[in-house]
Amino acid sequence: MNILKISSQNLYRNKLATLLNIILVAFGVGILTILFLAANQIGNKLEKNAKDIDLVVGAKGSPLQLIMSSIYHIDFPTGNIPAADAYRLMKNPMVKRAVPLALGDNYNGYRIVGTDTTFTGLYGLSLQGGNFWKKDLEVTIGNTVALTAKLHIGDTFFGAHGLTGSSDIHKQHAYVVKGILKPQGNITDNLILTNIGSVYKIHEAPEEEHEHSATESKEINNKQITSILIQYRSPMSVIVFPRMVNQSTNMQAASPAMESARLFSLIGVGVDTLKWFAVLIMGIAALSIFISLYNAMKERKYDLAVMRCLGASKFKLFWLVVLDGLLVTAIGTCLGLLIGHVALELIGSYQESSQARLSGMFIVPQELYLIATGFFTGVLASLIPALQIYKVDIAETLTKAR
Amino acid sequence: MINITSLAHNYEQGRRIVFPDWEIADMEHWLLLGASGSGKSTLLNIIAGLLKPSQGEVFIHDTNLYTLPARRMDQFRGKNIGIVFQRPHLIQSLNVLDNLELAALMAGVPIDSEHNLALLSELGIADKAQNYPAQLSQGQLQRVSVARALVNKPDLLIADEPTSSLDDVNAAQVTEMLTTQARANGAALVIATHDQRVCKYITKTYLL
Repeated sequence: MNILKISSQNLYRNKLATLLNIILVAFGVGILTILFLAANQIGNKLEKNAKDIDLVVGAKGSPLQLIMSSIYHIDFPTGNIPAADAYRLMKNPMVKRAVPLALGDNYNGYRIVGTDTTFTGLYGLSLQGGNFWKKDLEVTIGNTVALTAKLHIGDTFFGAHGLTGSSDIHKQHAYVVKGILKPQGNITDNLILTNIGSVYKIHEAPEEEHEHSATESKEINNKQITSILIQYRSPMSVIVFPRMVNQSTNMQAASPAMESARLFSLIGVGVDTLKWFAVLIMGIAALSIFISLYNAMKERKYDLAVMRCLGASKFKLFWLVVLDGLLVTAIGTCLGLLIGHVALELIGSYQESSQARLSGMFIVPQELYLIATGFFTGVLASLIPALQIYKVDIAETLTKAR
Repeated sequence: MINITSLAHNYEQGRRIVFPDWEIADMEHWLLLGASGSGKSTLLNIIAGLLKPSQGEVFIHDTNLYTLPARRMDQFRGKNIGIVFQRPHLIQSLNVLDNLELAALMAGVPIDSEHNLALLSELGIADKAQNYPAQLSQGQLQRVSVARALVNKPDLLIADEPTSSLDDVNAAQVTEMLTTQARANGAALVIATHDQRVCKYITKTYLL
């Protein structure tokens, strides 16, 4: 027997009102949890994946699309650029590191990326087992790919044309898994890496196959690639280099930092709306708790007068009523956090693109604010009903027949 | 044990009642008689520390009741005075045993489960310990409220019209219960009533 039991029994007595209040709090907290978790993860992902990339050069089109396809591997590429032009740009003195990308195929939704060894340097990749790709049709796969597609070193598989779906399979050549990457915590976990030559080889007409014996650099010169990821030698290039690309070549340059910011400002409106909606629900929850407690005071007046009579101070009873409100918001907040995490995990499992998958198995510091908000809501809603304690005339309440 | 001197109370409507001085010794049993509206409940509330009189003093064991600060007064009442109201006034959301424990909790004294169970069995409702107030009859409820008044082993047991809503059998039982329990617990007893059925149990009377 303690004061918590009195409070919980009282709440149990008003089951329906308590349930409604808990649901309201849980709903508000749940939405905010999802928002915080998702914003945190998306921000993290955007930042991590674009960490060392200053600029992306690709075919003309939407710069956002170029960034999405070449860095985050979500959208479709804007088109192809002549490999010769790209190669010239890569040798520019302002460029410290340039990584060519040739996209076009996938295996079970995981993109097959044709690139060269600079890619491993850019992302700082290390192997869990096996080797990096060396010859045509050899691949090194990301950790997630290995786990979900159940590929092991030495396994072979056919790529399918396009960036999703597996209707149009390239049956004439099979890739061989040569190595598996350590979990990197970024987009490379979801990629299948090979050399650019393999991508060309897959897309050649079958009869040309036997003629194929040229060196890799010559190959690039004759062909097309999708885009180049560029790291500047000095920050000064930020102003000059993109302008040079956009004006003097037939390609476009897009800055990941600028495009991410633009993307955030686009979805920001939606996030803000949802945030205010959740705050509104929390407000309604507070109001609802206030009304239930206030209404219950008429009935509870007798109980509280009895407790005063039994020796409880006004202050003790004040806390008893506040505890009612706190208990509701505490349960609601815990439930809301749980709902938020489970919902996000569910959303994640239904997401098609594995690259941007959200997970509920994260805890972010903002959740502490939510707990504090729940606490505050409980106190705020029960404050006025609790102050009624100071007005109850015990003698009169108890002497009058109920 | 209890001394009231030159006590008077003004009602809000302007009516004034002057109470004769009264001295109650340890373990004495008293009846507080008077027609309804004569101020019986008012006097009981004043003795119980629930209502501050307009004039005069109440001493319990040399403690001048109305000089205590509010918090100490609540505590003093919880520990030293057990009150039985006309209505049982039990907490509906708690079972019988919890209602008894509540009395100890609110007065800030340790919970003595053995004592509580003993009280319930002496009052013949030990089997109702886990029941909720809504499941009990009027008579049983009144017994629980007597048990609750005795939980903290008070020096003074006050009952305000404890029999008015009971039939003859229950009224006799409750009255007998109050007197025997007061005796067993070493408490003084004051019953305010206009019920003739109670009068034969107690000889000392204070008339208003």
